[in-house]
Amino acid sequence: MPLATLWLQKLRLDVGWLPTDPSDNLTSFAGRTPMQIALEARNLVKQYPGVVAVNDVSFTVAEGVCFGLLGPNGAGKTTTVEIIEGVTPATSGEVYYFGEVAGRRFREEAGIQFQDTALQDYLTVRETLEMFQRLYDRQADLDRIIADCSLGDLLDRDNRKLSGGQRQRLFLAVALVNEPRLVFLDEPTTGLDPQARRNFWTLVQRIQANGTTIILTTHYMDEAHVLCDEIAIMDTGKIITSGPPDELLRNRYDGLVIELPLEDLAGNLDGIEHAVYENQGIVEIMSTDVSKSLEVLAPRVANLNRIKIRQPNLEDLFLDLTGHSLRS
Amino acid sequence: MLKRIYAVFLARNREFMRDRGTLAWNILMPVILVFGLAFVFGGEGRNQYTVGVLQSSGEIDAAEHPFLESRYIEFVPVTDEADGFRKVERHRLDLLVRFAGERRYWVNPESPRGYFAERLLLQSDAAVGGQMQKARVIGDPIRYVDWVLPGILGMNMMFSCLFGVGYVVVRYRKNGFLKRLRATPLQPHEFIMAQVASRLMLVMIVTAFVYLATHLILDTRMDGSYLTLLLVAAVGCISMVSLGLLIAARVTSEELAGGLLNMISWPMMILSGVWFSLEGAGPAVQGLAKAFPLTHILESARAVMLDGATIVDIAPSMIMLTLLSLVFLALGAHYFRWGPD
Repeated sequence: MPLATLWLQKLRLDVGWLPTDPSDNLTSFAGRTPMQIALEARNLVKQYPGVVAVNDVSFTVAEGVCFGLLGPNGAGKTTTVEIIEGVTPATSGEVYYFGEVAGRRFREEAGIQFQDTALQDYLTVRETLEMFQRLYDRQADLDRIIADCSLGDLLDRDNRKLSGGQRQRLFLAVALVNEPRLVFLDEPTTGLDPQARRNFWTLVQRIQANGTTIILTTHYMDEAHVLCDEIAIMDTGKIITSGPPDELLRNRYDGLVIELPLEDLAGNLDGIEHAVYENQGIVEIMSTDVSKSLEVLAPRVANLNRIKIRQPNLEDLFLDLTGHSLRS
Repeated sequence: MLKRIYAVFLARNREFMRDRGTLAWNILMPVILVFGLAFVFGGEGRNQYTVGVLQSSGEIDAAEHPFLESRYIEFVPVTDEADGFRKVERHRLDLLVRFAGERRYWVNPESPRGYFAERLLLQSDAAVGGQMQKARVIGDPIRYVDWVLPGILGMNMMFSCLFGVGYVVVRYRKNGFLKRLRATPLQPHEFIMAQVASRLMLVMIVTAFVYLATHLILDTRMDGSYLTLLLVAAVGCISMVSLGLLIAARVTSEELAGGLLNMISWPMMILSGVWFSLEGAGPAVQGLAKAFPLTHILESARAVMLDGATIVDIAPSMIMLTLLSLVFLALGAHYFRWGPD
């Protein structure tokens, strides 16, 4: 068996968090009754002097789906969701919630976790949750939320004395106090360490398992791939593509990505027929025939041990569509 | 709606009561001021006599009587006879004289300053034939501390309401807490009502505590009803909170809010008679002072505490304060902005 094929098999095992069967996510919805449209954003525009932050954005989100709005910082994701949430007025466009113009019912039934917010000083975690719960007619079981968000040991702690991860869990708990049918999570894991991010993902998956619709904005592509059933990628205020993540990747790519450090490349890449990108010192080669590509590459690469082979991901898709990196 | 108002009201109370530095300052500052002023002005507060001249016009004609040409005596026109008597009774005027028609003067025999002012009057009057008739008005003196206590309580209420509400709302807006609330079913008027109710309760507790402490230790004067005084404090507090909310309705910078609140509070403190009476001030200044809620609060509180005024007596000021509150609240709710955009 060629060496490249062995590498490939090993690498496929390493990326086990990705759905082994791309249709798994879809089949999980197949057994449900036809889904209603929970939310529709129609032709949203937000203009500031000299800047169009949101440029004619439209999308729909079906009930029970986790919908991701992706893009780099400044792409217009937060402005878009804040227009939908009703906290930022749109220059034009409409938002519909279960077929009605979003209004009183939407406020009662939506839970929102802002990217950047503050809570009242000197209040404990429990008092904060109770305060927000009193603002709604819909009431969730607070004990269940406290358990789900792992806040049991923090109930008597002052809000100001929470760590970043604890604050994010509290923000999420606040967003759940009204047993929401629709939850907005705006960059919920920004600033968290990898372990806290993974824990947060588990929490979000638990919420979604209850049938709650989730709208997630993030610039972490791995987060979107793990959590979202559908995504829309935004750049410079516009949606540039949308759909289920695996479907988008399948439609766009037919092969695997070979990565190697630019400094290890001894010769040129003549004879490599597929798309080649250079990104932060790493050469990425999209290949439909990895064995053949590796044969061509082998004599030109100084250190074969540093070659990596992986499946294309959303970051590749974004790079491909926009021509610039997500982190730029 | 009440449940939502209660939620925000309760949270704000907890926040205030647990901020021990602010709470201590709210209680200690006025107590220290009252005791300090009682010490400083407790003895000789004034260095000249004050004589009221009972007449129909506001201008005093010094040619009417040689006494009016005396130096080191401040002559104050008095157009309301009953008001003049009350001031002599309370030692706020050393003497009340009338030169028009039947020449007469009123003096409080228990006032040492009145005794000397009477001597000076009779000396001047002897030079023109000695026609002045004497009448007595009897009553206890009002010490400066009695007079200044309502002023300090009112000032503390003003600062607590304006800054405690105005500044906090701007901070909430700046740090995004208001935006978070906006994403809930809470309405602007509900948020405003909760702020008014919370501050009203806290200010009433603090004011009652300060009043009780000074009253017990300094035996300050209280001629009226405590219920009437409570009404004055409550109506006054609501008007001040409403003014604070109006100022903070749209402001997003704490620096600007501080500037605006100072711009409102300092003229009020100077022109509303917190420290000294404005009786000698010009009509324009007195007219301007009437536009300030603090003026009506202090006039009403002093009338109740020093003159035993009833609700009927202070009704005009209460109506004025209520009207001001309604205007401030309506404008505040109309212009209220949750976020910085």
